[in-house]
Amino acid sequence: MHASLIDTIRPGGMTRRQFIKSVIAVGAVSSSGFLFSGPADAGPSTSPGTVERLITLNVNGQRRRVDVLPQETLAQTLRNKLGLTGLKVGCDRGECGSCTVLVDTVPQYACSLLTHSVRGKAILTVEGLARADGKLHPLQQGVLDEQGFQCGYCAPGFLMATLGFLATNPNPTRQELAHGVSGNLCRCQDYDKILTALMRGAENMRKE
Amino acid sequence: MAIIRDGMPPFDLFRPTSVGDALALAGRLGADAWILAGGFDSLERFKDRIKRPKAVIDLGAIDELRGVRREGSDLVIGAMTTLTEVSRHPDIRERFGLLSEAAAAVASPQIRNQGTLGGNIAQDTRCWYYRSGWTCYRAGGGTCFAGESPQGQNREHAIFGAEGCVAVNPSDTAPALVALEARLLIKNPKGGREIAAEDFFVGPDQDITRLNILAPGEMLTAIRLPATWSGATFYFEKVSDRPVWDFPLVNIAAAMRLTGDRIDQSHLVLGAVAARPWRLLEVEAAVAGRDRNDVAEAASRLAPKGAVVLPQNGYKAVLAANLIKRALLGNRDA
Repeated sequence: MHASLIDTIRPGGMTRRQFIKSVIAVGAVSSSGFLFSGPADAGPSTSPGTVERLITLNVNGQRRRVDVLPQETLAQTLRNKLGLTGLKVGCDRGECGSCTVLVDTVPQYACSLLTHSVRGKAILTVEGLARADGKLHPLQQGVLDEQGFQCGYCAPGFLMATLGFLATNPNPTRQELAHGVSGNLCRCQDYDKILTALMRGAENMRKE
Repeated sequence: MAIIRDGMPPFDLFRPTSVGDALALAGRLGADAWILAGGFDSLERFKDRIKRPKAVIDLGAIDELRGVRREGSDLVIGAMTTLTEVSRHPDIRERFGLLSEAAAAVASPQIRNQGTLGGNIAQDTRCWYYRSGWTCYRAGGGTCFAGESPQGQNREHAIFGAEGCVAVNPSDTAPALVALEARLLIKNPKGGREIAAEDFFVGPDQDITRLNILAPGEMLTAIRLPATWSGATFYFEKVSDRPVWDFPLVNIAAAMRLTGDRIDQSHLVLGAVAARPWRLLEVEAAVAGRDRNDVAEAASRLAPKGAVVLPQNGYKAVLAANLIKRALLGNRDA
């Protein structure tokens, strides 16, 4: 595409070249997410509560510096900017559960959270479960042993929802666990095996 | 089915840390500002380009809006307290179990972990014509697609109090708060006021464009539960297509003062049958002073009185009748 055409379609009054220069100038980590621009770029504001764009997130125990748009969801930041594609975006409306991550140990839908709202909180995604040496988390091991999922698209969400639920109830009945993960859908209708696998995982966790 | 796009259109985001700052911002930004609580009513409409605010004021960083505290014999719940916290809080469970049950019936675990009590009662209607951006009466247009069109899909719509618009208030906690005579604290840049929960909600006869009295720049900051109904006999039931996620087809929140089986006083409130929680005042009067076992059948027949059903929602009148009977008898199998 011709450079001038790119320049004219960018909203916000900044050309692509100027924009890239400015990003380099402030030492930002470049990313693929700069699709939008607009009033948020208009300049610094002194209003109380104004958010900065360059923020630090605590993800899987690591401090990650990232440029976050005001309207960006946590699912977008984690998948598109931090490369954590374990969480899935099934519906983008909080109606399927495949984007579930833990925010300060509480299961939440990453598609329905503004990234700026989790500043200062500990985010855990499915990538953060296994140990550095590759040993699986006992919950993951239970799922592997029981072959709990068919296609597996919903598995990361189920794992994180289960982990969050087990923090409040480490020794649930099958029925209680079913209620605990009721905010997650499986299109393969594999619920029976999923529950068996998650129960095994919970048992593994109690033994560790 | 919602179309998944690349994200939300841009807006300025503000995360004030005090109610004062939030109100000052709201005052300064005026009609350009959107006040965000848990986000489940808001973000999907931003994603769908149905609402396009220039600025969003996220209340999530304001500590004073969270938590439950005792004030004399009252309980005061911050508007940003999550539904999970409301459903689990020991004082609420012990004294106002009706609200715990209602909060626990909302949507899904993750939504309750993020969704707030304030947001649940202040949320907009889920009528899909309105939510999809059709220019209906509620959106400032000249028709009601659900109620007036021969092809209108109105299985989930109102049977009571519909004037023009047949949308319903989808909240599970709102009927419980009306039954408990909760007081709502509302603040604006000029000051504040406290009103009865019942007066917070408005029907299309009062204002067809909104479900509650909050004006632009106003915030619901807290919900006060007076001791009036503390420890009373409660009944909550939600009927929905799926036990998770779905909004109620009909729900009921009942608070009763009993002597033995005699009903001394009751508040009987249906949800999702009108644009506001619908108190059955005639039924309340008819059952006062009566033995609940004797009066349940008659009350059940009286409950749907005045209902105007649409082609697809006649079942709601039947549900209302059955739920009243169950509530009075305190028996889910009745």
